[in-house]
Amino acid sequence: MTKLAQWLWGLALLGSTWAALTMGALGLELPSSCREVLWSLPAYLLVSAGCYALGTVGYRVATFHDCEDAARELQGQIQEARADLARRGMRF
Amino acid sequence: MASGEASGPSPRSPREPEPRTPRLDKYSVLLPTYNERENLPLIVWLLVKSFSESGFNYEIIIIDDGSPDGTRDVAEQLEKIYGSDKILLRPREQKLGLGTAYIHGVKHATGNYIIIMDADLSHHPKFIPEFIRKQKEGNFDIVSGTRYKGNGGVYGWDLKRKIISRGANFITQILLRPGASDLTGSFRLYRKEVLQKLIEKCVSKGYVFQMEMIVRARQLNYTVGEVPISFVDRVYGESKLGGNEIVSFLKGLLTLFATT
Repeated sequence: MTKLAQWLWGLALLGSTWAALTMGALGLELPSSCREVLWSLPAYLLVSAGCYALGTVGYRVATFHDCEDAARELQGQIQEARADLARRGMRF
Repeated sequence: MASGEASGPSPRSPREPEPRTPRLDKYSVLLPTYNERENLPLIVWLLVKSFSESGFNYEIIIIDDGSPDGTRDVAEQLEKIYGSDKILLRPREQKLGLGTAYIHGVKHATGNYIIIMDADLSHHPKFIPEFIRKQKEGNFDIVSGTRYKGNGGVYGWDLKRKIISRGANFITQILLRPGASDLTGSFRLYRKEVLQKLIEKCVSKGYVFQMEMIVRARQLNYTVGEVPISFVDRVYGESKLGGNEIVSFLKGLLTLFATT
């Protein structure tokens, strides 16, 4: 099964469960407060998923390592490499 | 981190003139180049340094796609300096895809492991011994360098670039669940036969090619180990990330999403 199909199955399952519950197809007598929450549940889920995504990406951007040391080390080694190669007869 | 010492003899012997080669493993480094006259001697020097310090058996295969800047001439000088058993020139007449460069390189490789990396100094050869140790530790089919884990990171990226990179990585992880944290990186070690099999299976180009390799690897039940790396963005030459790259990345991502 492709990833797309997995997603579609998952969404269809969630969507049909939600639809069945809100439309009362199962014959359950849910209290009205419960039904109100249920009605807007997809919107809540969507918003919290968005918040999670933004939060995660934001956190990861903020904690993305800046490899200053690696860059400095490389610069030093470039000088070393040039000198050594020139000594071995390299024409740049 | 590849901290646990692998079984077998320790390869570390920095000052030995003729370092021992543990087992018969040989590592072929593929360097596809196009206009890398400045960088090629430096990356080769760093590779030779890293391998002679770690004592692993190696060869460097330079695949130049007919660069007009004289990369080929530089490569020939390097072959003279380091010997044609260590530096192998396998040029091609014109610029062809990265995938075909790997096919071309693998065909001429005598090692049982292949290391692919960029020749523009953004990937430092000092990580290769860690890749090798990691591979031995878990007997992995692939070891992938990652900028997104542990001590990994980048240098020379502004905020915008970081946001795009992290955002793209996040979306990719959600959609594809690939089991590896850095899909667009191209600093990796493969078993030779695994790389051959994967190239055969992969159809995309550019960034997406690297991504597809890992996704297909998961499909074929190959194991992937990871080593954090620092990515130092191009010291010489232009770095490429434009709107075109982003669009083709998204197209590739969605194609993989729908087909794998």
